Amino acid sequence: MGKKHKQVVVLPCSGIGKVFGALARETAYELVERLRPGVATLTCLPLLVINDPEAVALVTENPVITIDGCPKDCAKKSVEAVGGKVAKAYEAIRFYKEHKDLKPEGLSEVDESGRKLAQVAAREVAEEVDKLAAEEEK
Amino acid sequence: MEIQVTKVGVVSCSGEELPEGTLCRLACRKVLEERPGETVTICLPLFIAGGEEERAFAGKYPTITVDGCDKFCAAKATEKLSGKPSKTLLIPEILKKHGLTPPNKLRHFGPEEQAAVNAVAEEIARAVDEVLEEE
Repeated sequence: MGKKHKQVVVLPCSGIGKVFGALARETAYELVERLRPGVATLTCLPLLVINDPEAVALVTENPVITIDGCPKDCAKKSVEAVGGKVAKAYEAIRFYKEHKDLKPEGLSEVDESGRKLAQVAAREVAEEVDKLAAEEEK
Repeated sequence: MEIQVTKVGVVSCSGEELPEGTLCRLACRKVLEERPGETVTICLPLFIAGGEEERAFAGKYPTITVDGCDKFCAAKATEKLSGKPSKTLLIPEILKKHGLTPPNKLRHFGPEEQAAVNAVAEEIARAVDEVLEEE
């Protein structure tokens, strides 16, 4: 019998100065604080850059969802660099392309429109979190 | 006579798991917006995900790192993957110096957290001045 994953790691990029980096961060917070607390969890992405053992264990022992703010895919590549596998990778700009009425603004934190877009995005990502959390290892 | 204008690199840890990471990010952005001609930044994970150009950052610019906790991700990653920072700042030390309590939320900072953002930004700006003077 396989074991159930207890946690799903959601990692936004640490994009600074890019609105979609801020949107990725807000989406991850929406998931871990409001939609799936206790199931979706975060770690600091920079901990992977310095190979912190606890952070590396977290992303290699649990399914990981990344949300990147630009095509450089820092979150996805940082997980892969420490030997983790990304179960699902999102580009934050896609959420905007699908919801053009919610144009996010703000480089440090997104504005009201960005917060609404993050709520919509987080609902979509939450479905993936549920799927991964329920998935049994073979 | 040619005048060499130097920009100072500011690297924020921006740690997602801690309120200090958000504080770090907001304070760094404040300085970058207030000192656009003198400061420049890079997303920290680009040292891993980027190429040679990104890894040359701390060689190209004298760099100040700003960390939210004593794991010193920004300082360590910059030194290991790009170059030795000119200065390393730590949020808890700055808050202690200014007699401020750490923020207790990860997002949506308001007026209660603004004093901390201002204090950290002030220290970063001071470090920028010091680095520019040394240069």
